[in-house]
Amino acid sequence: MEIRKGIGVSSGVAIARCMVVDSTDYRIPRRSILNSQRGREILRVRKAFASAIRELSSLTSNKTLEESKIKDIFAVHTRFLRDKSFRKRIRDFIDKEQVTAEYAVSAILREIASHFEGIDDPYISERAADIYDIERRLLKQLLGKVKEDVEHLRDEVVIVAHDLTPTQTASFNRTFVKGFATEAGGRTSHTAIISKTMGLPAVVALGDLTSALSAESMVIIDGNRGVVVIDPDEETLRQYRHYAQQVSLFVHQLDELKDKPAETKDGVKIQLLGNIEFPEESAIVREKGGEGIGLYRTEFLYLYGGAEPTEEDHYQAYAEAVKVFPHEPVVIRTMDLGADKMPHTIARDPEANPVLGLRSIRYCLQNLGLFKMQLRAILRASVLGDVRVMFPLITNLQELRQAKMILRDVMEDLDEFAVPYNAKMPVGIMIETPSSALTANHLAPESDFFSIGTNDLIQYTLAVDRSNQHVSTLFSAAEPAIVRILRSVIHDAGKAGIGLSVCGEVASDPEYIMLLLGMGVRTLSLASPMIPEIKKIIRSVHIEDCNMLARRVATLDSQRQIKNLLRDTAGQILPDAF
Amino acid sequence: MSYEDHEIEVEIKNAQGLHMRPALQIVELAGEFNSSITVSNEKESADAKSIMQMMKMLTTYGNKLKFSAAGHDAPKALEEIRKLVEERLFDEPPGKPLERASKD
Repeated sequence: MEIRKGIGVSSGVAIARCMVVDSTDYRIPRRSILNSQRGREILRVRKAFASAIRELSSLTSNKTLEESKIKDIFAVHTRFLRDKSFRKRIRDFIDKEQVTAEYAVSAILREIASHFEGIDDPYISERAADIYDIERRLLKQLLGKVKEDVEHLRDEVVIVAHDLTPTQTASFNRTFVKGFATEAGGRTSHTAIISKTMGLPAVVALGDLTSALSAESMVIIDGNRGVVVIDPDEETLRQYRHYAQQVSLFVHQLDELKDKPAETKDGVKIQLLGNIEFPEESAIVREKGGEGIGLYRTEFLYLYGGAEPTEEDHYQAYAEAVKVFPHEPVVIRTMDLGADKMPHTIARDPEANPVLGLRSIRYCLQNLGLFKMQLRAILRASVLGDVRVMFPLITNLQELRQAKMILRDVMEDLDEFAVPYNAKMPVGIMIETPSSALTANHLAPESDFFSIGTNDLIQYTLAVDRSNQHVSTLFSAAEPAIVRILRSVIHDAGKAGIGLSVCGEVASDPEYIMLLLGMGVRTLSLASPMIPEIKKIIRSVHIEDCNMLARRVATLDSQRQIKNLLRDTAGQILPDAF
Repeated sequence: MSYEDHEIEVEIKNAQGLHMRPALQIVELAGEFNSSITVSNEKESADAKSIMQMMKMLTTYGNKLKFSAAGHDAPKALEEIRKLVEERLFDEPPGKPLERASKD
């Protein structure tokens, strides 16, 4: 039995056989195999070669393949695949190093490629491209088979990988896939985001994990504690099975709250909305009792579509989300990426500090084509329901005015073509920078609503990179500075009479709910799996207790004092949740 | 059986030189013989029956390559190779190479 610690990014417990998955989107990681598995891996290599040769032969006999040059290239590739010394090299590598077929193929071919690349003559060094092509073809066979296995699961499994792409994760069959464990990744990686949405336990950043696994390993994923247990002994297994039962009982109880209102004991109504990345998630928000979408992060359209998204891609995604909530608010945030994250942009000078650089609204204001396209799609979707648009990373009034002006331009364009849209569509902004928080009273009169993005607001205010393991403990919403800045924004919004919501992680943190309510927050937007639990907390408190708590917190001067107070208060009011 | 090392030198006479397709032809031809066949220039040498190794020997019009063979069918093997390179020109057009297209 081995216990590995990582970061728990999605709560819950899963106990199942493991299934290790690789992806061509990442470098093939070196994975060790047991002595007894060598024969199996060598057989996989042989099959992959045979399939690759068959694939090449069917490509060359394809009548539409007129280009004889391509035929020549494929003929050479086939010859490569038939080369006995090549196959022997891979076989010997697997035997000696005890690694997977994928790794052996990748390692050997890259070695050969680098040999070619090292030769001066460009005529020869260009041949490295052929080697990489052959590598891809073989890996496709090897990984394709695994993909097939994943698509045709018949037992419950836990997926283990070096890292997972959203496409992979989205394709997993939830009936059989019970949890995720990845070697890489962090709190905000897409594995984290997607597993939370799917309601499956997940632990990331485990470092080397796959070498400790065999094909038949039993794995326990403890998403609450961020722990993975490999081949648990009897006692551990028993304890976890018991724990898993309790967790699922708790979840079941929560699900019964679905149709009950999110109201405090003394009748104060709190609006609970959902955060989504994909349109499909809106159905899950509804399922969990959410009353609309408080934050639709549109970046995923750019990151994971494959090709650059068209206006129609945008529109279809928004329409799908709105379909689930035709009468409830759906807040669409314009894209929040930086040039460094955009897969389709031309490489420009790399920024030394992309987080503080040309990203988000700034990027949009300098790339009007892209910005207007998104705005057009949002406006077109605005006739389908209560659609609202939100601009991220606003730092000052001028930026807001510019963005609104562009929006008006787009409206005029649509008028020209008689395309319908909601001319009164609410326009709001994210408050996620100290500058916008401190000048919220200037911004409020020109915004229809604020949404406080606590993740970034805390980072910028405390000057802490939450993903930096050396300082991540400094990142805390319980810092007096954060409490003060939140108070100030809530006050300014209240004074201007505009809507205010909190959409960062703080909104899904049970320990902070009372404080937020006590400070005057009446709308929360969070990831769907936590909606039932947060609703339960809301239904268990009196607003007066929340107000009192907020007043007391305002007098404290340290993060620790505040955290302890929040914890103690929560523990008293909701002993079972805590 | 006489196991001497036989050796010939050939000149690349087709316009496009020894690119992938001719390399493949050599590999396939060499494979028909029992002898071990090696091809070399000043810098490298390669097993003429292995496409992977032949990749190193790609070269342009006008260059020369040495082929050596050891085995009972070595003389025949080398003769066939010579015919492929210098008489059949890999079934490709002869002459001075066209200007190589400039890289974009």
